[in-house]
Amino acid sequence: MFARIIPIVIKEFLELKRDKWARFRLIVPTLVQMLLFGYAATYEVYHVSTAVLDLDHSQESRELISRFTSNGRFDVVKVAQSQREITEAIDRSDAAVALVIHAGFAELLRKGQNAPLQVIVDGTNSNTALIALGYVGTIAQGFAQDYASDLAERVQGVRGMKQIQVTLEQRPWFNEDLNGRWFFVPGLIGTLTLVIIVNLTAFAIVREREAGTLEQIMVSPIRPAEFILGKTVPFFVVGLGEVALIVAVGILWFQVPFVGNPLVLLLGSALFLLSSLALGLLISTLCLTQQQAFSMNFFLLNPFFILSGFAYPISSMPQLLQWLTYVNPLRYYLVVIRGTFLKGVGLGVLWPPLAAMAAIATVLLTTSILRFRKSLE
Amino acid sequence: MSGDRQAEPQIVAENLVKRFGSFVAVDGVSFQVGRGEVLGFLGPNGAGKSTIIRILCGLLRPSSGRALVAGIDVARDPEGVRQCIGYMSQKFSLYRDLSVEENLRFFGGIYRVPNSELPERMRFAISMAGLGGREKALVSTLAGGWQQRLALGCAVLHRPPILFLDEPTSGVEPTSRRRFWDLIHSLAADGVSVLVSTHYMDEAEYCHRAMLINQGRLIAVGSPQELKHSALGGKVLLLECESLGPTLAALAHAPGVLDCSVFGNALHVLVSDAERSLSELPAYLEQQHLRPDRLERIDASLEDVFVQLIAVDSAKQSAAA
Repeated sequence: MFARIIPIVIKEFLELKRDKWARFRLIVPTLVQMLLFGYAATYEVYHVSTAVLDLDHSQESRELISRFTSNGRFDVVKVAQSQREITEAIDRSDAAVALVIHAGFAELLRKGQNAPLQVIVDGTNSNTALIALGYVGTIAQGFAQDYASDLAERVQGVRGMKQIQVTLEQRPWFNEDLNGRWFFVPGLIGTLTLVIIVNLTAFAIVREREAGTLEQIMVSPIRPAEFILGKTVPFFVVGLGEVALIVAVGILWFQVPFVGNPLVLLLGSALFLLSSLALGLLISTLCLTQQQAFSMNFFLLNPFFILSGFAYPISSMPQLLQWLTYVNPLRYYLVVIRGTFLKGVGLGVLWPPLAAMAAIATVLLTTSILRFRKSLE
Repeated sequence: MSGDRQAEPQIVAENLVKRFGSFVAVDGVSFQVGRGEVLGFLGPNGAGKSTIIRILCGLLRPSSGRALVAGIDVARDPEGVRQCIGYMSQKFSLYRDLSVEENLRFFGGIYRVPNSELPERMRFAISMAGLGGREKALVSTLAGGWQQRLALGCAVLHRPPILFLDEPTSGVEPTSRRRFWDLIHSLAADGVSVLVSTHYMDEAEYCHRAMLINQGRLIAVGSPQELKHSALGGKVLLLECESLGPTLAALAHAPGVLDCSVFGNALHVLVSDAERSLSELPAYLEQQHLRPDRLERIDASLEDVFVQLIAVDSAKQSAAA
C-alpha cells in the first residue's frame, strides 16, 4: 500500500547525512539558544540602578534608604543633591528608579502621620518598572510597620498595641522558590523544537521544486500521501533527537526537576512534532520558492510563539487572540511539558491537550497531502 | 519502415492547445509516435516543445485537444500513464548529494522495480551510462555527459515502453551528445517509442522523423530525407563571392530566386529551378558588376530547411498580427 514511503525515507536520511550544514543547524544554534534563554531570559529584577535624593537628612530617612541599599534588589548609583539631578539621572538612563524623601519626612512620622516617599520609575520598560515598584512597596511597608510598632512601644510603653494584620502564607506549589528558570527552560523544549522543525520541513518540498527533482517525482507513480509521509518520518526522528537534546540540557545543566512520567512527555512530544512537521510541509506545498518559504516561516513563527503562553499569559490576552491560541499546537505542548516536568500530572489530566495536538496534526497532514498535486499548475 | 511504426501509435496528440492566460503556448498540434520510433521535436527556445512534452506526461492539462499515451487519455487519467513512461526534464533532476547507486536505487524504489530484478537493471543502467567503477561517486562530482546518461538510466530503470526526453543533450559536449543518441537508438531498437526535443538542429538527422515547431505550431514534419527534399519548395545553390552584402541585395530581386541567406562566408540561394538558375544567375550578377567566385548546387542541410521554414513562418505570423 505505502511501499514507496521507504525509498523516500532512505533518500531523505542520505541527504541529511551528506548535508553537514543541516547537522550544524540542528545542534549548535539549539544549544546556543538554550543557554541564552536559560541564563538571560528572566523576569526577576535585581540590581536596579537607583538614584536617591534625601532632602530630610534625618535618622529616619537614612534608615529607609539603607533598607534599599542592603536589599540586593537596588543599587544606589547616585546620591543626588537636587531634584534636577534626579531628572537627569532618569533621562540619561543612569537610574531606572529614583527615591525622593522630602524635608519633613521624619517630623510627620514622629507625629504618627503618613509620610510620603516619592518614587520615580523609568516606565519605558513597563515590566521591570512594575516589578521594581512592587519591591519598593514591600520595603517601604516593612519600614513603616517596624517604625509604627517601635513608635507605639515608645509612646505607650506597652509592647505593641497588638496591631491587626493579615499575614500571607505563601505556598507556591511545584516550584517552591518560584525559580523563573524552572518556568522558562521546559518551555524552551517547545519553542526551539517548533522553530527548528518548521524551518527544516518548510524547505523540504520547495527545495526539490527548485532543484527540479520534484518534477521527476511527479511523473512517477508515487502517491501524494506516500511522498508526504516519506518526508515526515525522517524529520520526526530528527525532531525526537532535538527534543531529547533539549530535555537533557534542561535537566542535567539547568537542574530543572522532572517529576512526571517520561512516557507522557514522549507521547506529547510525538504529537507536537507531527503538528510542527505538518505545518512545515504545508508551508512547503504552498510555496514555489525557498525565498517564499523563508518569509512565510518568519511571518508565522512569531505569532505561534506569542500566542502560546510561553512568555505571556494567555488569560491576559483579548478574547479574539485567546481563541487563536486554541489552534496553536505549542499552547498544548507547553501544558504537557510543564505538567510533566514540574507538576508530575499524568494522562488523566493531560489528555485534552494531547487530543488537541493529535487533531491539529491530523488536519494539517491531511491538508498538505491534499495540497500536494502532481501537476505543475 | 516508417509505415510499420505508424501502425501501432504509442503517443497520439490530437489538436493540442495550451494557453497560459492570453498566451498561446501550444496552438493546435497533432502527431503520432509509433512503437520503436524516435520522433524529434525541433524548434527555437520558447517554441512550445517542453509544454507539449509536459502535457503528454500529465504535468500540465491541455486547454483543449486530446493526448493519448499508451492508449490512455492523459488528461483524464494522468496516474494511469505514469508507470508506462520515462521522463527526463530539461533541468537535470537527479539528487546531487546521492551517489550513482543511491539514485538508481531510489528511482527503482519509487517505480517499485521488483527486488529480484533491481540489481540486474542497475547494472544495465550503470554500463549504459559508462559509469562502471564509479557507482559510489556522488552525482554532483560527475561531468555533464555522465550526469545526462545516468539521468537516462534512471528514466528507463522501470523499462517504460515510452520515453519523453526534453532537451536531454543541452549543455553537453558533442562527443557525449553522439553517445547519448546511440543510447536512444538502442532503446528504440528494443521497441521503445521516444519523443525527444532539442534545439540543436543537426540532431534532427538522428531521428526517424523530425517535427519542426515554431510559436506553438507545427510547421513541418517528415523524415530528415523528406524534409531536405521537399519541405523547402525549391533547390539550394551555394554561392561564394567577395561582396556578400551587395550580392545578397541583388539576388533578392533576381528571377527564379525564392530566398537567399548568409551561411558562413557564403550564400545559400533557394531557387525554383536549379539548372536554369545555374546558367542564368552569373549573367544577371554580371549586369550588377558582381562576380561570384563559385556557384554550385548543393544538398540542403536540415539546418537550411529549418532556418528557411522558421523565417517564412515567423514572417507570416507577424504579417497576420
